[in-house]
Amino acid sequence: MRPVFVNIGERTNVTGSAKFKKLVVEGDYAAALSVARQQVEAGAQVIDINMDEGLLDSKQAMVTFLNLIASEPDIARVPIMIDSSKWEVIEAGLKCVQGKAIVNSISLKEGEEKFLQQARLCQRYGAAVVVMAFDEIGQADTADRKVEICERAYNTLVDKVGFAPEDIIFDPNIFAVATGIEEHDNYAVDFIEATRRIKQLLPYARVSGGVSNVSFSFRGNEPVRRAIHSVFLYHAINAGMDMGIVNAGDLPVYDDIDAELREAVEDVILNRKPKGGGSQTERLVDLAPKYKGEKGAEKVVDLAWRNAPVAERLSYALVHGNTEFIIADTEEARLQAERPLHVIEGPLMSGMNVVGDLFGAGKMFLPQVVKSARVMKQAVAYLMPFMEAEKEGKPREAAGKILMATVKGDVHDIGKNIVGVVLQCNNYEVIDLGVMVPADRILDEAEKHKVDVVGLSGLITPSLDEMVFVAAEMERRGFDIPLLIGGATTSRTHTAVKIEPAYHRGSTTYVLDASRAVGVVSNLLSPTEREKTVAATRAEYIRVREQFARGQEVKARTSLADARARRFAIDWPAYAAPKPTFIGTRTFAPYDLKDLVKYIDWSPFFASWELIGRYPQILEDDVVGEAARSLYADAREMLDKIVAENWFEARGVVGLWPANAEGDDVVVYADENRDREIGRLHTLRQQMAKTEGKANLALADFVAPVGAGADYVGGFAVTAGHGEDEIVARFKAAGDDYSAIMASALADRLAEAFAEALHHKVRTELWGYAPDEGFDAEALIGEKYQGIRPAPGYPAQPDHTEKDTLFRLLDAEAETGITLTESFAMSPGAAVSGLYFGHPQAHYFGVGKIDRDQVEDYARRKGWEVAKAERWLSPILNYDPNAPRREAAA
Amino acid sequence: MTRADRIAALKAAAKERILILDGSWGVMIQKEKLSEEDYRGALFRDHNHPQKGNNDLLCLTRPDIIGKLHDAYYAAGADISETNTFSSTAIGMADYGMEAAVRDLNLQGARIARASADAWTAKEPHKPRFVAGSIGPLNRTLSISPDVNDPGARAVTFDQVYDSYREQALALHDGGVDLFLVETVFDTLNCKAAIKAILDLEDDGLEPLPIWISGTITDRSGRTLSGQTAEAFWNSVRHAKPFAVGFNCALGAELMRPHIADIARIADTLVAAYPNAGLPNAFGEYDEEPHETGHMLHEWAEAGLVNILGGCCGTTPDHIRHVAEAVAGVTPRQIPERPKAMRLSGLEPFELA
Repeated sequence: MRPVFVNIGERTNVTGSAKFKKLVVEGDYAAALSVARQQVEAGAQVIDINMDEGLLDSKQAMVTFLNLIASEPDIARVPIMIDSSKWEVIEAGLKCVQGKAIVNSISLKEGEEKFLQQARLCQRYGAAVVVMAFDEIGQADTADRKVEICERAYNTLVDKVGFAPEDIIFDPNIFAVATGIEEHDNYAVDFIEATRRIKQLLPYARVSGGVSNVSFSFRGNEPVRRAIHSVFLYHAINAGMDMGIVNAGDLPVYDDIDAELREAVEDVILNRKPKGGGSQTERLVDLAPKYKGEKGAEKVVDLAWRNAPVAERLSYALVHGNTEFIIADTEEARLQAERPLHVIEGPLMSGMNVVGDLFGAGKMFLPQVVKSARVMKQAVAYLMPFMEAEKEGKPREAAGKILMATVKGDVHDIGKNIVGVVLQCNNYEVIDLGVMVPADRILDEAEKHKVDVVGLSGLITPSLDEMVFVAAEMERRGFDIPLLIGGATTSRTHTAVKIEPAYHRGSTTYVLDASRAVGVVSNLLSPTEREKTVAATRAEYIRVREQFARGQEVKARTSLADARARRFAIDWPAYAAPKPTFIGTRTFAPYDLKDLVKYIDWSPFFASWELIGRYPQILEDDVVGEAARSLYADAREMLDKIVAENWFEARGVVGLWPANAEGDDVVVYADENRDREIGRLHTLRQQMAKTEGKANLALADFVAPVGAGADYVGGFAVTAGHGEDEIVARFKAAGDDYSAIMASALADRLAEAFAEALHHKVRTELWGYAPDEGFDAEALIGEKYQGIRPAPGYPAQPDHTEKDTLFRLLDAEAETGITLTESFAMSPGAAVSGLYFGHPQAHYFGVGKIDRDQVEDYARRKGWEVAKAERWLSPILNYDPNAPRREAAA
Repeated sequence: MTRADRIAALKAAAKERILILDGSWGVMIQKEKLSEEDYRGALFRDHNHPQKGNNDLLCLTRPDIIGKLHDAYYAAGADISETNTFSSTAIGMADYGMEAAVRDLNLQGARIARASADAWTAKEPHKPRFVAGSIGPLNRTLSISPDVNDPGARAVTFDQVYDSYREQALALHDGGVDLFLVETVFDTLNCKAAIKAILDLEDDGLEPLPIWISGTITDRSGRTLSGQTAEAFWNSVRHAKPFAVGFNCALGAELMRPHIADIARIADTLVAAYPNAGLPNAFGEYDEEPHETGHMLHEWAEAGLVNILGGCCGTTPDHIRHVAEAVAGVTPRQIPERPKAMRLSGLEPFELA
């Protein structure tokens, strides 16, 4: 049986690597980590970490480095060998590793009692141990002494503390040979011989050693040292050595060593008299300079795939998203093909089919598919002129024509763009009308292009009503093609309850995410599947409506008067509201993008690409980890460019004003006199039946009422989207949807980060009620700070029209260039706005469904007709204003 | 019966049949619709922190409810019920300002369960009932930084976690539990601190109790929150020589199955599983019906994957009854013989055969 040898990475050892020592001493842990990573990448199956250095607080350095490694899944995947001559350093290390580690080392050096005590602790922490061949007398040098000490240690461990023999590793001491001192000549042989005997004598125990010691006398001559290590290991492994601390990835293969050098080294290791007479050490010393300059082979990028036939190369490029050779390969394929169209229909489409199959099988993920689409687009763009030159050429046959649009009043389109790319990858022709598209235009274009399917997207709640309107218009104008609904705010329930009943002639289907889009479209367009699919969806939606109606019946509401009586009670007399450092507004434009990067919450970024999981854990995920890492690397690269080249301009405005609550409204004053009202923020109150002691909340509860002392409220509007459209258009024009979507997704993240950054600034400086709050991104993302920033249109105040008041108070349009659409979506889309409440008890909540009494009251306060209030609040109505005509309101 | 007798009976029972653990406590306590005043009771009427939601506190303020729930689960067919002490550690109770009550919480939690178990055993001597001392995870974790910009930072130290678990384990032991259940482990290093705290009790002359370790695979990635695979997790905790090992929480039976199958293959001890009642719906509620849970876990039992079954979030006595009935008479999993080998772990397992 071929022996298995475990490589233990040695470069993370300050006693063995001057470079690593320097990094740690200087506190450059980032670079120190990359040393560890390089070890694992080079094949180390365990990494040895040693911080025994006089200049260091070894214990602290061990703890710091191990904690850092725990956050690096590429490194932390392998077990750690905690290496120190000081037990306290080892124990501190054991407290930092979740895996089962190896302790290196314990020994009988200070007597049996201490040895057993440390061994017991290793059992309790759950670690294997390296036992050095060292006892009260000293370190063993001869084979006999080595075996004697190891046997004693083994028996002590197994018999006295029940140590698992398979968790014992002996280090019988590798000492330097060829030192010129004759007593040292047999050291390698002693080790090899001891290894052989230990493995025979002590069942399950393992043998390890620090290999580089053996060549210590040749330091400075790396090629010869490597040859010595290789030859030494060859013999030691054959004798039963199981593992060694080595520079993983840096050992020549025994057979590849130059024969003359190998023989000279072998004489030294095995302590043989050279054939030509004289000392074996001298001979190697003489030979050594000859090999000093040797360099390792250069690394080359694996281009083996380039040797395949052109069709396979195209397929490879599509699957791997590689555009490097796509033009040359497409040209080669064109020259071989009868017509340029055949390149698309032949090798390119079959490559995309491979991509489609892998995606369907869960072996590729969205970001990779979008990258594949980029390759496809470049190839097609290259072929276009040739196809146009072919007069008789008929256009290629698409599987179907899909029209897509983000509805009027809404500007969000990342998800829609992803769906478009995925559909294109599957040979559908996609006509994308972009954002803020009115219903009549959607339907005009649909008629003009004779499309097979209409897809609508939307992110904010008013878009839901707009979608119902588009559906009703489709009905009125006599359409019967399938309607698809998607986007963050949409749901199966809303589609079933509100949209589908408005469009009887055709089918309406809710599409959860891009990965479902192809399946849905292909079923809806398939002559054999279509009827079945439509019937199944209809039946499903009837069930959903019934369920929804049942849910409606049980939702008991409290009257508005009772809910107000149960407002969230804050002890106002005991509270002195901190005074902001200024009253009025302050503009931050432009805000340095560089300062926003650390505030980015990456998890939603991955979600926008349908990679679900928490950052950073997602990067190490078994299934999507690889896709996530690649996406993240691309994102960071683009983010660097965005920041360095100022692709986007971030603009924001903050307002802080004296304010007091009046009923469920918050009155905003011009100044501390509190006699001039400059605005009134309307809030909505929860009306769900609550258990005793639970409040029915409204945001107004978090502001001191009129007469209860001074209080303040704030507001903000930020965007990182100026410039986004131009960048996106540029990428799209280049056929690079991947980068276009990436740029949009990053603009969104930067806008959210900007909101986070400004809120932090407000808390610590501008309002300054939490001056001592530190910076802790995870705590920020987890919203673990004092105060909230609810946004109009979101659960705590579901009325989007409140943005109007907020924008007027902030003069946000002039200050930031953000405009509001008729649905009160912000444009650019990468924008965030909201209110600030600073009271320590202020917290997020959802208003939930409200009843007619509150809607009437709210309409009166806003100066609206009740019908208008019912329209804007339709997603949260607890009743159906058109009850007689709707089945859902049963 | 002395505790030694009970432990012997527990081990004997595990050889004969699949043992049944109880189900969720959270969902059952929720059904009581308790108010802040109920939680506080007379004992903590003037305590300066809100206590609503501090379910463990009910061991002291509403022992009647806790006893009733143990009874309900034993009546449903559970062999083992857990003490209501999932968060009863100084670190867990810090949010409620209840650190000082930790010893009492665990003592009383153990005693209430003990009384219920003993009453059932007296009534049905052929089916003795056991008490597992619940040792839950902490809201502070040793392997993950609380600050993304400082990955080396830690919100807590190993020694703090150790001390916190030690106090809990000692009180549970004093209160009379039959075994320890270190559960919902999402960070193995926290679990290792708990293991050390438990093993160290022996040094004070306490009778060693069986340890059951139950990890949590948080999502489809098949890893714990701290990043370990099932096998790496097993390699990290095997030194506790646990009475049982397995998984609970986060996943329903359907998604948990591959991970249980994984650990069933490698663990040379009993394998235990108590999944959630499916995945939560959009409202955070669990929809899986008792007969569905029973059906799925019956298939696990038939496949020889498990020795102990129960329920986690969303399961009720009705679920447990269905599970108990579904697996009655099914032969428990055979513990596999594994060759001795050095088995280490990082996030992934390492074996030198």
